[in-house]
Amino acid sequence: MAHALVEMRGIVKTYPGVRALDAVDFTLRTSEIHALVGENGAGKSTLIRILTGAERRDRGTISLDGAMIEPRTPLAAQRLGIATVYQEVNLIPDLSVAENILLGYEPRSRLGWIGWGAMRERARKVIADMALSVDVSRPLRSCSIAVRQLIAVARAVDQRAKVLVLDEPTSSLDAGETAQLFALMRRLRARGLGIIFITHFLEQVYEVSDRVTILRGGRCAGTHATGELPRLALVSAMLGKTVERAAPPAAVKSPGVAGPRRECLRAADVFRRRAMQPFRLSLYTGEVLGLAGLLGSGRTELARLLFGLDRRDGGQIRINGRLIRRHSPRRAIRAGMAFTPEDRRTAGLIAHLSVRDNIVLALLAARGWAKRLGKQERQAIAERFVRSLSIATPDLRRPVAQLSGGNQQKVILARWLLMEPTILLLDEPTRGIDIGAKEQIESLIDELRARGMAIIFISGELEEVVRVSGRIMVLRDRAVVGELAGAAVSTADVMRRIARPAAEDGHA
Amino acid sequence: MPDSMSRLVWPLAALALLLAFNAVVSPSFFHLHFAEGRLASPLIDVLNQGAPVLLLALGMTLVIAAGGIDLSVGAVMAIAGAVAARVLETDASAAAAVAAALAVCLAAGLWNGLLITFAGVPPIVATLILMVAGRGIAQLITDGQIITVEPGSAFLAIGRGALLGLPAPVLIALAAAGALSAAVRLTSLGLFIESVGGNEEASRHAGLDVRSTRLAAYAIMGLLAGLAGLVDAADIAAADANNSGLYLELDAILAVVIGGTALTGGRFSLLGSLAGAILIQSLSTTILMAQFGGRSVPVELNLVIKAAVVLIVCLLQSSELRRLLLRTRRAVA
Repeated sequence: MAHALVEMRGIVKTYPGVRALDAVDFTLRTSEIHALVGENGAGKSTLIRILTGAERRDRGTISLDGAMIEPRTPLAAQRLGIATVYQEVNLIPDLSVAENILLGYEPRSRLGWIGWGAMRERARKVIADMALSVDVSRPLRSCSIAVRQLIAVARAVDQRAKVLVLDEPTSSLDAGETAQLFALMRRLRARGLGIIFITHFLEQVYEVSDRVTILRGGRCAGTHATGELPRLALVSAMLGKTVERAAPPAAVKSPGVAGPRRECLRAADVFRRRAMQPFRLSLYTGEVLGLAGLLGSGRTELARLLFGLDRRDGGQIRINGRLIRRHSPRRAIRAGMAFTPEDRRTAGLIAHLSVRDNIVLALLAARGWAKRLGKQERQAIAERFVRSLSIATPDLRRPVAQLSGGNQQKVILARWLLMEPTILLLDEPTRGIDIGAKEQIESLIDELRARGMAIIFISGELEEVVRVSGRIMVLRDRAVVGELAGAAVSTADVMRRIARPAAEDGHA
Repeated sequence: MPDSMSRLVWPLAALALLLAFNAVVSPSFFHLHFAEGRLASPLIDVLNQGAPVLLLALGMTLVIAAGGIDLSVGAVMAIAGAVAARVLETDASAAAAVAAALAVCLAAGLWNGLLITFAGVPPIVATLILMVAGRGIAQLITDGQIITVEPGSAFLAIGRGALLGLPAPVLIALAAAGALSAAVRLTSLGLFIESVGGNEEASRHAGLDVRSTRLAAYAIMGLLAGLAGLVDAADIAAADANNSGLYLELDAILAVVIGGTALTGGRFSLLGSLAGAILIQSLSTTILMAQFGGRSVPVELNLVIKAAVVLIVCLLQSSELRRLLLRTRRAVA
């Protein structure tokens, strides 16, 4: 009979300025696969880090098998029987499979030498127990990501784990590999393990988990038997609104556009293995096309393919009528495209360079190194955009890293607006910035659209997508699953489309 | 104080301190006099002997700022000398010898750059290959012999000539520094290098050609290493494949670090690297000349003293250490 294996009660964790977890209860039973879902900042990772000893809680209790535990380090948690496999597998590629499985637990002879034969034997047994077939003397490097993932699980389980935490294990696996992992998870469940499965893929929640706990904004938004929870209820719980009361669009998009509409971007059957299923897309001048979907649904992947940041495995992309063969950001920019990435700090800004240099960077890059731009010209351009976008900076020579999030975002927008692109891809342009800056950016988007620019707008905030976009493409599990258009589209419509089971996608 | 200035303060202060020390301990350090038609003084000697390191440090600044490193520059110097000496043996003009040597060294720089940008070999490994192979190539070119240059050759002017009283190597190094500063600041190249070295991912997003930018840094490095090799060969009137430029890559890297350019890439300062190179070079001379109660410093202490001074300059630059000291002081108070 299944009983409570792990009980977390009233867990509170506060970071400076943020309450990451606010009295969260979580129970994991023996012999169950328990999915843990939630959007960005919901508190999933914090909860797991507290369970696995990577983080200390401020308040609350944790018990394992009925006994209170106090894991202070990941190692201590491991000794208690709580094993974790992270998305980025933390194994050593250059060691053999056997060494990786038994690292730190090598069988020793009486003199303290490592018994290599015994080690391989033991590793072989572990692998066979899990019904895997891998040559344990091979270096781990030669194994696929999926097999490494399975080996990481094998290693964790060999250390007499009672609880296994899998943090987004399937995000870089293909369908066959995922099935292999699920088979292993089910075998481990049969042995009595409790498995916490963190994923962004709705289909997988329903395919493999017995129960599901939803976190939202640092609180528990419910624990349910997966089979009894309708998809729509799950999506509503994650996004924090009920379908009946979903807010109507705040503003009706003004249809006024300068000039006739023309198709400026077309993608046909573009795909990338493990990242994005084949999709079609047409974008017209003077429109905002929103991309909606849960975290990990493929919104960013789609934009990266369009901008040439990731190589596509097939399909055609035309920008302003020109077929783009060897795609790269440079070519996309030359064809009239611009992209503001989701992660400003790692992909957008050059932190140590000044506000001015960050603004003119793309322009200079497009002109080539030999065509210089005088200091006064650069200054004039930067000043113009600092004024028109009201970027708050004491001076233009200030390193851009010292600006607030909203102003950093405006610096990147300025960089692209001065290039006068015909197509603008905005990936989460308003994330982590204050309300005022957010409103400014939203009205700027509408202004640019009215001037005839074609904009693709990505946001995890459904109301915002509905408010800003004239047409919405819905994504789920790395595929485009529908399109909604018209002023009457509501967040409820989008949620229904996200929640629809994959089997029904064909007949809209 | 702007950021660029504050980073220059420590290397310049250390250099000034060292020169002041010299003025006290060995006043002849600054003693200028005319000899053989040019100015002579220990200070000029420092610059003269330090010219190869100065040239290397200039190129190394760009390479490091672009997020790389080049260990092969000493070996490339040897190649430059070997090629020039071989060409001179055929009775070709000095200009032809210089051109041939620089062309070969440019190719060596491009080779490094291509290995790194297109083959994806880590910079330290790619340039280590040429560091080992390059000296071998130089030895092959010279058949393992030291090839001497005819005493009357115009080529020797590069190492021994003088203009307006200043030795040719000093002039060449200063001219290279001026030209390079102008080149990186008057074009967009300097900004591109700082951008690529500071954040490669964001540079790619902004449409920068990351590979070409890196390649350019290595190509410039190759040319400057070649120039350094020519100066060295002309100075000793011979191509010595075994010893030319030996370990100078390390001095060059040290000069860049002392000059305030971070090994992790990003912002750079050519002026800082120049100060660093002069600091390293004048240290050796200072130690040699210093007299304490009529006794000189034992030669065996040279490297230890040099290391100690370098360590102090690096610690002075460390913001972490400064923060730590501040905290301790506050805790005491």
